[in-house]
Amino acid sequence: MFYRESGQFKSSYAADSAIFTIAQDRVFIAALLALSFVAVPGLASDYLLSGILIPFLILSLAALGLNILTGYAGQLSLGSAAFMAVGAFATYNFMIRIPGMPLLLALFLGGLCAALVGVAFGLPSLRIKGFYLAVATLAAQFFIEWVFTKFSWFSNDSSSGVISAPAMQIFGYPIDTPASKYLLTLAIVAFMALAAKNMARASIGRAWMAVRDMDVAAEVIGIRMLRTKLLAFAISSFYCGVAGALYAFVLLGTVDAQAFDLHRSFQILFMIIIGGVGSILGSFLGAAFIVLLPICLNLLGQVFHGAISTQFLANLEMMLFGGLIIFFLIVEPHGLARLWQIAKEKLRVWPFPH
Amino acid sequence: MNPHRKIGDVILQAEAISLSFGGVKALSNISLEVREHEILSIIGPNGAGKSSMLNVINGVYHPQQGHVVYRGKTRERMRPHEAARQGIARTFQNIALFKGMSVLDNIMTGRNLKMRANFIQQALYWGRAQREEIAQRAYVEKIIDFLEIQHIRKTPVGRLPYGLQKRVELARALAAEPSMLLLDEPMAGMNVEEKQDMCRFILDVNDEFGTTIVLIEHDMGVVMDISDRIVVLDYGKKIGDGSPDEIRVNPDVIAAYLGGSH
Ligand SMILES: Nc1ncnc2c1ncn2[C@@H]1O[C@H](COP(=O)(O)OP(=O)(O)OP(=O)(O)O)[C@@H](O)[C@H]1O
Ligand SMILES: [Mg+2]
Repeated sequence: MFYRESGQFKSSYAADSAIFTIAQDRVFIAALLALSFVAVPGLASDYLLSGILIPFLILSLAALGLNILTGYAGQLSLGSAAFMAVGAFATYNFMIRIPGMPLLLALFLGGLCAALVGVAFGLPSLRIKGFYLAVATLAAQFFIEWVFTKFSWFSNDSSSGVISAPAMQIFGYPIDTPASKYLLTLAIVAFMALAAKNMARASIGRAWMAVRDMDVAAEVIGIRMLRTKLLAFAISSFYCGVAGALYAFVLLGTVDAQAFDLHRSFQILFMIIIGGVGSILGSFLGAAFIVLLPICLNLLGQVFHGAISTQFLANLEMMLFGGLIIFFLIVEPHGLARLWQIAKEKLRVWPFPH
Repeated sequence: MNPHRKIGDVILQAEAISLSFGGVKALSNISLEVREHEILSIIGPNGAGKSSMLNVINGVYHPQQGHVVYRGKTRERMRPHEAARQGIARTFQNIALFKGMSVLDNIMTGRNLKMRANFIQQALYWGRAQREEIAQRAYVEKIIDFLEIQHIRKTPVGRLPYGLQKRVELARALAAEPSMLLLDEPMAGMNVEEKQDMCRFILDVNDEFGTTIVLIEHDMGVVMDISDRIVVLDYGKKIGDGSPDEIRVNPDVIAAYLGGSH
């Protein structure tokens, strides 16, 4: 039970800059992946899969997307849900308009469309910063929501208003059970999280953080502002777009602009504030927190059945969120991920604190 | 002064530069030359326009009049990142490190220009991305050894004392392997020992890599000691230009420094 790095000497720069430098971390990640790919689909109930794990994974992906833009590149955005909507509607249209379109390709193209739209709305970031940029992305949020509601072409002129997502299959295997949906989501999210982690520790990640921390100095050492910021918008929106498509296809089964309203954008922003701004792990922690909190409160309500009204629970949830966000903004701007890191650092030297 | 160090031709000319901010004339009609491999100091009282001059040289500010000729090419409006690509690196008067990053990452960022892998290779940490990361890390380690900051490699820069932050900023600038290094008050706020270290580093950089250095510094002892040439600014005007010995006896300079002429 020892979390130590003593005795693990790094003999090369490659080893020292590996993703997980401590052996126990590598073991933990491998075990976690094995558990989630092998054990969970067989053992977990449908409710656990569809009600908790799938939404958790999809929201984590959206949070990753926002974290790339806001946490790493320092560009505040209130339009994450709009980019999710672009991904969802674009994937839907690729699926129904092009016969034989493979699902994974449609998801990829959907993400690409979101990336293009992201770049377009990222252009103002070259001139404006902070609060004003947030307002510009807010405009993107309203504009895109309006476009998808107003022009019925995007929803294939469906009259009912509810567009159900087409059936999914990969290489002939239907994706229709909670377990298969979970595995599809997990595979995509795991791959994209790894890619995000890799980018964060490579030159593009350093360029983003440089722009975030001190833009004049970043330019003076040769970083191109235009390229770096727009790449952040593109990649971030790609992540949000894929998350949006999964949200519509895997989770809801319908493609609906209302699922991607401003409320959703704020939800994702809260996830990275609580989980940790500028942290890959934080995106997952924040999503877990936001998915689990209402469920835990519900359980609490059942324990005290009757004594606590659902109305009160809903209000309590809002109050807890508000309180936590203020707490994290003021006390620990790097969120749960930082608290986790502090705990690990303590563990590393325990029981000899010096 | 190192005897076998050779001062070369003029590589940078600032010609009749005028720069103003609203009503404030930061620079009026300043011309100066920088020769290859030399250490040129720019001195002058507060607000004389020294930092503004550096900002003009690497494209942070664009002068209203005049232009800069670098390696024979005249440039009109150059962006700072283009200056970086041509081998001009700098440090700032107020430390401009990337606060959220470790010492190592700050210096690695100084090497971003040398990295060619695209973002997809980086996302997969594959092929060129991986090779580059390891190769550039090895170079950065050389700079870390050179500046004697091995012990703080993994420390977030925000936690370092002021003197070390200045040193890390120099390391980040050196990581770009610049041919010209602009240093804006690299020794300000340091104690005597730290100043001596910094002087030694500057001389070593100039000596070992042949880097041309343009230095702004208030400590006259240091300036007279390490400069090949000195340019003196006062209220945006150039009042002196020459070797330390010439500057020491220049009546305008003496007057400006004694505060008599205004
Ligand atoms: N970005 C700016 N906006 C407005 N005024 C500026 C700006 N930069 C410099 N100035 C003005 O230009 C003049 C010269 O400033 P500069 O910073 O170049 O002086 P300096 O010689 O570096 O002084 P110090 O020794 O205090 O660093 C000052 O009057 C300053 O207020
Ligand atoms: Mg200055």
